[in-house]
Amino acid sequence: MNQIAIKMLMGDRAKYLGLIFGIMFATLLMAQQMSLFIGIMSRTYATIDETNEVDIWVMDKKVQYLDGVEPLPDIALAKVRSVEGVKWAVPIHKGNLVVKVNGSLQTVGLVGVDDVSFVGAPRKMVMGNLEDLKIKNAVIVDRLGYSYIWPDEPYKIGREFEANDQRMFLVGICDSTPNFASPVIMYARYSEAIQYTGQSRNKMSFVVAKAQDGFDPKQVAERISKETNLKAQTWKEFSDATMNYYLTHTGIAINFGITVLLGFIIGAVISGQTFYIFIVENLKQFAALKAIGVTNNKILKMVLTQAAVVGSIGFAIGIGLTSIFFKKVSGGASAFKGFFLPWQVVLGVALAVVLIMFISSFISIRKVFVTDPAIVFRG
Amino acid sequence: MNKKISIETKNISKDFQIGEQKMRVLFDINLKIYAGEITMLVGPSGCGKTTLISIISGILSQTEGEVIINNEIITNLADEKKVNFRRKNLGFIFQQYNLLPALTAAENAAITLIADDMEISKACKKSAAILREIDMENHIEKLPSQLSGGQQQRVAIARALVHEPSIIICDEPTSALDAATGQKVMEILRDNALKSGRAVIIVTHDDRIFKFANRIIKMEDGRIVEN
Repeated sequence: MNQIAIKMLMGDRAKYLGLIFGIMFATLLMAQQMSLFIGIMSRTYATIDETNEVDIWVMDKKVQYLDGVEPLPDIALAKVRSVEGVKWAVPIHKGNLVVKVNGSLQTVGLVGVDDVSFVGAPRKMVMGNLEDLKIKNAVIVDRLGYSYIWPDEPYKIGREFEANDQRMFLVGICDSTPNFASPVIMYARYSEAIQYTGQSRNKMSFVVAKAQDGFDPKQVAERISKETNLKAQTWKEFSDATMNYYLTHTGIAINFGITVLLGFIIGAVISGQTFYIFIVENLKQFAALKAIGVTNNKILKMVLTQAAVVGSIGFAIGIGLTSIFFKKVSGGASAFKGFFLPWQVVLGVALAVVLIMFISSFISIRKVFVTDPAIVFRG
Repeated sequence: MNKKISIETKNISKDFQIGEQKMRVLFDINLKIYAGEITMLVGPSGCGKTTLISIISGILSQTEGEVIINNEIITNLADEKKVNFRRKNLGFIFQQYNLLPALTAAENAAITLIADDMEISKACKKSAAILREIDMENHIEKLPSQLSGGQQQRVAIARALVHEPSIIICDEPTSALDAATGQKVMEILRDNALKSGRAVIIVTHDDRIFKFANRIIKMEDGRIVEN
């Protein structure tokens, strides 16, 4: 009877397409918004994530997240290096800087990487060499930042600009994940970065450290906290803390949550209502089937088959459109750079669609079950 | 000559609850329907004809009494068993045809076989053969919307016959048709349905078709008044 159910479904073209549209729209809205949310949240800890040679981040006790920096005194570096289990430790500077380019101002997020080891520097260069960062007043900018500072201009290194009355020049363009706090990320050597931004006595934002082989980074972090009176966390703990800070201190989660919920409700309402009308309009046919000897179980299977068909097609189109969206917008120097459709979102939306179709079927099938087949004898 | 009893009802009564009030619509119906005959159930609207055939076909439960079909008391069967019994032993022809609009004539006629898990292609082959027998060979692949009322009723006849049931139950099969088409449908029904000694029960108001009956049972106010 499943083939008959599909023929019945497709026979009513308007409702068939309406059902597919409802599911497709709900899928698109839920998948896109959830992926955008994940993409935005991943930007909050992008710097930590990309500094992946580091096991431990050490900071002032008051620091709760990456962008809320309380500078450390220089002695902190030596303290961390002296803790047992620390293989090496280097400083990292993180701050904001207003650069002047062609007379206009642009706020950038500045990362000061270790002068010698370049720990914290970008891994992937689009143009130029990382080694050129050793040149005096050299900076590297990420490609999205470049498009903000020099919109519609081709990539070119050697460009000069200034910040805090100091001359800087571009030696490279890199490919890194944009930051949550600033879409433009600029890299400089630590010794120069603190000159560009720092007015305060303490200028070191973080000390990043590597645990020695055979030492558990978590235990080393705990030891650093104990012995230095600073806060030390593994990179995973710190990235989670940063993301949680944004989740709990901003309305981002609520806003996206509302949109995803709306997607679910709209999908459920459109599909539920259309499916219900479809079933009600075919009630006499279902009653006739019951009268001639089709069991309720078979009718249930027919309705579930119809729900599965429209659910699958709508979901496939919706997920396809979401994939195309992220494929189109997430490349190169786009504002959506790095955003993608995670498989977990696909799975989550698939479950939501199953739930929507289950609700729709449940509402509709009740009507069929309680319908007296004797209505077919009433003309 | 001893006639074979297909259906027997014993003291069938039916009450409907309307608000606080209980209303009896059938009173101690005792009748026998014989194989190889067309039995017409006639009477004014509201006399209980439809209620009676609904009980006979196991669609509606009686308040008292029992229905015996082919020596089996169907009123004692569980709901699921009743449905299966209906699918295997009864064929239905409704006033409004009740064809599925998205299915072809062959698929509509084959629906009982498909419901019995027969492969669609095999079921359609069987239903197409019956449709050919009743002059529908040019309409096998047509949808109900492409057929006239008479043609749709022929598809319904094919649907009632395809699984070779022992009993055919018809509810006002000609009332939606003009006189000539109604006559033709009845001829087809008589020529095809009575084969293999089937029992045919027809509920009707249409006195133009009384001539096709072997027996007429008249009902009034929930009682059989003439048999």
